[in-house]
Amino acid sequence: MQRIPQWADIILVPFLSLVLAAFISALVILAIGQDPLEAVNLMITGALGSTYGWGYTLYYATNFMFTGLAVSVAFHARLFNIGGEGQAMLGGLGIALAVLFIPWPHWSIALLGASLMAALFGALWGYIPAILQAKRGSHIVITTIMFNFIAAGLLNYLLVDVLRPPTSMDPSTASFPEATHLPTLHEILAPFGIAFSKAAPANVTLLIALAASLLVWILIWRTRLGYAIRAFGESESGAKYAGINPVRITVVTMLISGGLAGLMSINTTMGEAERLILNSTEGAGFIGIAVALMGRSHPVGVVLASLLFGFLYQGGAELALWMSIPRELIVVIQALVILFTGALDNMVRMPVEALFSAFRKSGASQ
Amino acid sequence: MTEMLSDLITVLGSTMRLSTPLLLACLAGLFSERAGIFDIGLEGKMLSAAFFSAALAAITGSVWMGLAAGIAAALLLSVIHGLASVTFRGNQLISGVAINFLAAGMTVLVAQSWFKQGGRTPSLVGDGRFNGIDLPFADALGGIPIFGTIYRDLLSGHSILVYVAFLMVPLTWWVLYRTRFGLRLRAVGEAPEAVDTAGISVPMLRYAAIAICGVLCGIAGAYLATGLQAGFVKDMTAGRGYIALAALIFAKWRPWYALLSCLLFGFLQALALRSDLIEKYFYFKVQIQLLDVLPYILTVIILAGFVGKAIPPRAGGEPYVKER
Repeated sequence: MQRIPQWADIILVPFLSLVLAAFISALVILAIGQDPLEAVNLMITGALGSTYGWGYTLYYATNFMFTGLAVSVAFHARLFNIGGEGQAMLGGLGIALAVLFIPWPHWSIALLGASLMAALFGALWGYIPAILQAKRGSHIVITTIMFNFIAAGLLNYLLVDVLRPPTSMDPSTASFPEATHLPTLHEILAPFGIAFSKAAPANVTLLIALAASLLVWILIWRTRLGYAIRAFGESESGAKYAGINPVRITVVTMLISGGLAGLMSINTTMGEAERLILNSTEGAGFIGIAVALMGRSHPVGVVLASLLFGFLYQGGAELALWMSIPRELIVVIQALVILFTGALDNMVRMPVEALFSAFRKSGASQ
Repeated sequence: MTEMLSDLITVLGSTMRLSTPLLLACLAGLFSERAGIFDIGLEGKMLSAAFFSAALAAITGSVWMGLAAGIAAALLLSVIHGLASVTFRGNQLISGVAINFLAAGMTVLVAQSWFKQGGRTPSLVGDGRFNGIDLPFADALGGIPIFGTIYRDLLSGHSILVYVAFLMVPLTWWVLYRTRFGLRLRAVGEAPEAVDTAGISVPMLRYAAIAICGVLCGIAGAYLATGLQAGFVKDMTAGRGYIALAALIFAKWRPWYALLSCLLFGFLQALALRSDLIEKYFYFKVQIQLLDVLPYILTVIILAGFVGKAIPPRAGGEPYVKER
């Protein structure tokens, strides 16, 4: 039974959750003795007031699109992939190996090869928890959490003891060769006569993220596999009855999810740092959860939520710089968004449903 | 020989101290999960307890005030988890994730606002910390070879919370398996509809379990910041909540096995701190990173069912809906 109209479900309820999260965040800012209005102003000018700000906002948003799509695809099969962080780390490893050990003639071919490796390594890191869930019944949430830690340990070992050039002190790989550097938005937009900030890290990966969003939309709503994924998510027994193989769907979904998470590292590793560093993911894998919940697991929603979180991230950095509000404010906002749009969804939804049914009753009695 | 014994006692003593927060958090998770509420928010509850215990201990100078504040902070997060997973029948895993982030962010925000030391509390001294206590006759018995040394140097001299944690194991066992409350608590995690039919409130029982979980996480966090270390630093739990979760699965949700798995994981942490000793006695080098991730790898192996099967409580993770 549809208790509320669709527009309320996909717009009103997330919007109310967002308002609640914003309201509590404002209270938090007040409680630490700062002015929320000043903070919002500063965030808007810092994140959207210049092409430099936009460059960072879009750079972060690119990360969150990939991880948000990764979590969304898994959500459609009712799998909760908390392992985006680890899968993205492995993706970064795949990129580093591809770029450092193969002499690429041009960035475009390097991008293709590195993307393939990133997706492959990320998918591999999603594959093991998937097969364990499908065949051995181990809970995918727990195994993906464990795999995040295992990935962190593995990367730590490889970067400190194996891939680090002998002359260098920091735990990172050598810098990637010049030929593999990706064009930034500045370079892409210059031929069109648009002057975009040279210093901002947003790059061509943004376009890949948008393309990935489109492909995920086609996959989920326009292909047989997507139908099987959604059917499996709605009802496992129903899907089985319809001849859908649960092991296959679980594994394929997690391969796609892990691959998407792995692709995120193109942006951070090839696009920004131009070498693989420790903790290059910076928690973007987890923000994917908030993004997917807010975007209702729909690619359009994911892109919009990613832009919002990109704005929050860049705005938050400005707050840390100009007001004495630590960057961790963003972590609090992220937590509140996850709480209200995910865990306490019914708290927001129940009053809305009650309101609509009251309207309907009064409409019917007239 | 004596050098070897003293090295062994050093590592085992450090194992006891490092196992303590794991054990408390693991038992916390045990109460919650046996009642059918998954809790991946152990980490966040410990972290907020660590901060508020250190903060209050620093402000008042009394570690007991700190402990009370830590427990209160963890309980508050427990209430949020309860609201999400019992009252509003939300997703318990997502709620746990949210709680972890809430704690990670709020502790630093509040720490910076109160103390302005880059997200940490001032160092605790004197009565602001749980200091070591001597067990009775530790000095008198210390002269006896081996047993006396073990008693005096290994078992004696830890802070009170270490002993509380270890005593919590038989207590948990007794509550779960020898009291009416424990029977009902286990039942509500396996077959809540049966408990409901017997006229006992499922939500009340689950809230009780969540509250116990909060108190134990509170003690665990307080021990981290005021016993193991002298003050709060950003992200000081460093994944201990997840290791406790791993230990809980490793122990297959049983109290005595929880003790063993926490001691094992604590031992791995102690070894990671003194990896030079492995080289000294066994003549090979172990990567510290391997020791760090070993708890997680072991847990995945257990979860995969290659060494016995870890079967969680049957109704775990499912909100109970009466009118079905």
